[in-house]
Amino acid sequence: MAEIQGKADSGGKGGKKRAKKMSTKIDMTPMVDLAFLLLTFFMLTTTFAKPNVMQLTMPVKKTDDVEDTKIKNSQAMTILLGKDNKAYYYYGMNTPNDPTVQKPELKVTNFSANGIRQIIMTRQRQQPEPIILIKATEDAKYKNMVDILDEMNITNQKKYALVKVPQVDLDLIKESAL
Amino acid sequence: MPKVKPHRTSPSLDMTPMVDLAFLLVTFFMLTTKFAPEETVVVDTPSSVSELKLPESNVITLTIDKKKNRVFFGVDDTKTKIQALQNVAAKYGVSFTAAQAKEFGNLPNFGLPINQLGSYLNVDKEARKELNAQQPGIPMDSLNNQLIDWVLEARKANQAIFKKPTYIAIKGDGNADVPTVQAVIKLLQERDINRFNLITDLENKPVAAAK
Repeated sequence: MAEIQGKADSGGKGGKKRAKKMSTKIDMTPMVDLAFLLLTFFMLTTTFAKPNVMQLTMPVKKTDDVEDTKIKNSQAMTILLGKDNKAYYYYGMNTPNDPTVQKPELKVTNFSANGIRQIIMTRQRQQPEPIILIKATEDAKYKNMVDILDEMNITNQKKYALVKVPQVDLDLIKESAL
Repeated sequence: MPKVKPHRTSPSLDMTPMVDLAFLLVTFFMLTTKFAPEETVVVDTPSSVSELKLPESNVITLTIDKKKNRVFFGVDDTKTKIQALQNVAAKYGVSFTAAQAKEFGNLPNFGLPINQLGSYLNVDKEARKELNAQQPGIPMDSLNNQLIDWVLEARKANQAIFKKPTYIAIKGDGNADVPTVQAVIKLLQERDINRFNLITDLENKPVAAAK
């Protein structure tokens, strides 16, 4: 109780009947309780209403006179998003038609903190400026795509691109049977 | 020497300023809160460490659900929504009554081809809930690409009404297919919309990874 009620009437001397004087003070406690309840409710609902977003900026539409950016074989690293939350990756480029380029070795990992993240970080130490190509296969889930973009943020990877998966990479997955 | 009596102060304290403040805050929060409208489709977004917040207004939300990979379209502002409806309707030769347009303004999002939209708007809220599961999603194939019209018209309407650019938010379910998401992104890219906000849940930043 916030208020201790003082004596309401003045002792009542003798038989004189007086109109009972009520205290002018009201117990505000329930009102305050309610006010704070509402306050808490509205405060919590407002803060949680806004969702988080991840910025994704795609390159400007390609015009014919602009050539594709060429990537050096040593810099390239490809991550393929496969089905069942699998992440395939290989270093270098996969160009089976070019005999000068060695066929890359495909490896598989997952999207956990010990999976692809460690691999990206190891690669960043070996090769100062890797360029990561993210290719999502048809079976990949949107969650995987967000996860891998998230890994780019976590590992501070600056250069990466979301590209279409070419047939040669699909063949590579099939061949490796991972 | 007489005993010093401790002065008895009344335990009551004046709560008025506190109550004033409390009510001021209550009023403020009540007026600023926007309740999340009932979603047409339940989407479980994936999580990321990104701490960016979605802008308050001028947002076009494209929702992509799991399993069926349907695409739903929504704009936050009612006026923009109604204006976009009129523009798209004019383009497809469909007309909506004022009552239908008003109902449309209250929808958080929808996933119907424009010719089915009228009958959906005619039924009441309860009946709509049942229809929601059957919404086919907005057509976005090359022959009948209504999605891009919605986006472009909503952008135009928003620009005309508020003189502000719009943000495109993509709210995909974690289990939605990447090809659908990429198709949507590609569609917008073709119209020179290159910035997207992927709506995600917040997840804690790993400590060890930040070297």
